[in-house]
Amino acid sequence: MKRTIALVAVLTNSAISSLVAVKVLSGASFSEVIYGGAIFGNIFIRADALSAWFVLLTNFTAITGILYGRQYLKHYPENKPLMSLHFASYIINHAALTGLFFIQHSLAFLCSWEMMALSAFIMVIYEHGKMETLKAGINYLIQSHISIILLTLGFLWVYTKTGSFDFRDISAYCLNSGNQASLLLFLVFFTGFAIKAGFVPFHTWLPYAHPAAPSHVSGLMSGVIIKSGIYGIMRMLLLMPDNKMAIGYIILGVSLISGVYGVMLAIVQHNLKRLLAYHSIENIGIIGIGIGIGTLGAGLHNDFMTFAGYAGALLHTLNHSLFKSLLFFTSGNVYLATHSLMIDRMGGLGRKMPRTAALFLVAALAICGLPPFNGFISEFLIYSGLFDAISSNQSALVFAISVFSLALIGGLALLCFTKAFGIIFLGNPRHSFHEIREDKSVLFPNYLIAGVIILIGLFPRLFLSVLTTPVSLYGNAGSILPDSQIMQIMQHVSLASWGLILMIIVVYRLRKWIQKHRVIATGPTWGCGYETDSPKLQYTASSFVKPYVKIIKPVIDIQDSGDEINDIVPNAVHSESHFHDRLEMKLIDGPTKALRGFLGRFKFLQNGRVQFYVLYGVVFIGISITIPLVIDALRTLVNIIKQL
Amino acid sequence: MLSLLLIILTSFFFTGIIIRSKSILSGRKGPRIFQPMLDIFRCLRTGSVYSKTTSFVFQIAPTVYIATILMAILFIPFGNKQGILSFNGDFVFFAYVLALGKFFMIIAALDTGSSFEGMGASREALYSMLIEPAFFILMGSFALLTGYSSFAGIFGALHYGSYVSYGLGALASFVFVTIALIENSRMPVDDPKTHLELTMIHEVMILDNSGFDLGLILYGTNLKFALYGAIIANFFLTPGYQLYYSIPIYFAVQVTFGIVIGIVESFAARFRMNHNPQFILMFTSISMLIFLGVLLVMGKLI
Repeated sequence: MKRTIALVAVLTNSAISSLVAVKVLSGASFSEVIYGGAIFGNIFIRADALSAWFVLLTNFTAITGILYGRQYLKHYPENKPLMSLHFASYIINHAALTGLFFIQHSLAFLCSWEMMALSAFIMVIYEHGKMETLKAGINYLIQSHISIILLTLGFLWVYTKTGSFDFRDISAYCLNSGNQASLLLFLVFFTGFAIKAGFVPFHTWLPYAHPAAPSHVSGLMSGVIIKSGIYGIMRMLLLMPDNKMAIGYIILGVSLISGVYGVMLAIVQHNLKRLLAYHSIENIGIIGIGIGIGTLGAGLHNDFMTFAGYAGALLHTLNHSLFKSLLFFTSGNVYLATHSLMIDRMGGLGRKMPRTAALFLVAALAICGLPPFNGFISEFLIYSGLFDAISSNQSALVFAISVFSLALIGGLALLCFTKAFGIIFLGNPRHSFHEIREDKSVLFPNYLIAGVIILIGLFPRLFLSVLTTPVSLYGNAGSILPDSQIMQIMQHVSLASWGLILMIIVVYRLRKWIQKHRVIATGPTWGCGYETDSPKLQYTASSFVKPYVKIIKPVIDIQDSGDEINDIVPNAVHSESHFHDRLEMKLIDGPTKALRGFLGRFKFLQNGRVQFYVLYGVVFIGISITIPLVIDALRTLVNIIKQL
Repeated sequence: MLSLLLIILTSFFFTGIIIRSKSILSGRKGPRIFQPMLDIFRCLRTGSVYSKTTSFVFQIAPTVYIATILMAILFIPFGNKQGILSFNGDFVFFAYVLALGKFFMIIAALDTGSSFEGMGASREALYSMLIEPAFFILMGSFALLTGYSSFAGIFGALHYGSYVSYGLGALASFVFVTIALIENSRMPVDDPKTHLELTMIHEVMILDNSGFDLGLILYGTNLKFALYGAIIANFFLTPGYQLYYSIPIYFAVQVTFGIVIGIVESFAARFRMNHNPQFILMFTSISMLIFLGVLLVMGKLI
């Protein structure tokens, strides 16, 4: 019953908001004013193509998420009483998200933002019995409030100067004030939104919150909630069109670091969902690179760059929400079957859960940016923008470094997902789980997402022509280009993707045809002459990335513990390795520890004796009475001195 | 179309040239030039043994591998004659489509559940990841130099520049030779003729492949060599000249490339595995140097 209500609510909200979004994307304008009482005043509800794009992608992920979550949560019978709270939060979260994209009134925007953050918090701590989950939830709660403080600061700044909550007055204010002021204002907003989006170094909440949440919530968080940060940044870029070059370089720099750092740490993770969380940071980095290029392109008056950058960023936002939710949902399937997320314990799941394996493979190929899947299209757009910038030689060195980083990100992602897919689904089982069954009821939304992933990969022009409307908000790039160069390139890319598929089919048919008349036998895996295929001999995830770990040792903090093998006939030994995020240790843990140490000095005040607490009260009252008296006395004294 | 035909033609004898030149350098007569191809044909005609651990991934991987290489060949131009497919930024597709094939080969190796193949897969994944940026920076340098961002555009315009572009072309060919060596896991990164599984990369990944699949993989190596040879040849083709002029140049470059690999394999020792990353990363630095060189030539370096 609860499940059905939740589904109906999400579907209704999606239907209504999608209707508006589709209308806006096809050229209509949408603008409403709601009177929000004395405090809010007139609340402006306006939708442009940017809002529409984000609304549509949110709706798709929210629908697939609730479809998946309905079935997924059936496996948590012990948490039944919490189900209503959970689904209510889901509905509120979805509503807050859609609201966020429509509202153009800063106070209402902040309220919507807070609703989104709080409902996400409740969803994250669904398994509140676990200490880990609670800790992750509180970590998320604190960091999202730092984000909201920064946003409040930015909006208050504009309000004190203009006396208006309307978003339009932000651009009016920026036009009137100098470049420096508007750059600073942008940076305040950017930092606020970057915390939500998970840019390095504001990323530290993601690797805790994503693994702690139930899988459909992780999919929703990684797919759309962190994208609200991207939306915020893109909205602010629209409202503050000055300082393009400076802003572009800042975004590009932060994004390059996020992309490389995220994937670097993703590779070494032992927990599947944590690995995926670090990949979100990487993909946010890629989206950011797109935004950076678009902004720089606008600054350099290069329409191709602007279009390729912004369209790449927006398309990658959609793409990431698709393949990341698919990855989280399929890892949810794995979790349901094995009750574990430790990659090194798995193996050979592909034969027990072939559909999950195939779906995970599609998503893995997509996230690595390989053709003919959707991730390639958006990365290709970003590359196109970069190479166009290089070949028209505008500050070529910066773009060459970006190309370098993007290529490195691609290579590292390949390493990461060959590890994840290969170790989890292929080979022999490394651990005997009880009975592994594939729950087919959870698969439907996964097929839906995989379908769209392939659709974008094979028909990129369809989605790109939709994207021209939001991109054209950023100058004339969108209106010039749709029929020309970039569409032709996309035509070729789609042709090449079809060609690839055709080629694979042809070779495969040929192979079938030739093998029909040949002897096909099965045997054990070649083991250098040994015939026992013990799973102990298999490569593990840790050994797979060992050579890589050796190289990046300076960047991450590795702690190995355990016994060494010394004897000729060794006993069973146990060893563990832990990887720590250096930035997190330096930027979050260090200051927190220092603060705790400082506050610890005042521990003696809280000694648990009632008498003391009464005394504190008395002292407090005394101080609050005496301070004004003292000030008055001082003032009189000063007056007397002045009269002398 | 022309480049596709030429590359396939070259692939028939390329490995033969390497083996022949290695034999001659070590004082033997060596097999015929077409012997490796005949071996591949024999593989293609035999039956197969599949490990009972493997799944559909293992069955489809060699097919995807060869298809991606064939797809990549379609982008290679011949002088100023475009490849079958050509568009701005086509080398991004080129690199990523090759990566797709590699992805499948790596997971197919993990599919067998063998400790050796996992090891080979791990090494291949790492080394191909490390070489990726070098390729992109190199292509970026030529995009900057010529103002085009497609294979055909770059190679069509390359020779109209200054004499420095020939120098850069020579340096770039050097990097491409090494990329080809690394991508195909040859010396000094890997020795395909070693018989110790523990020290191999690519060869150890395909221990379990047999019959048609093994034939496809082996032929894939030939094609990949011919593919990189064709890219290198493009640096030396002179656009505008007649085919009877450029086709011999093309074959001369390919044969030289084969002989160079033979020489390298005869005289260079294989690196210790843990030195490979440094060696491979060096080529990223060299391509970065080429990039700076281009910036210098164009007067963009302040």
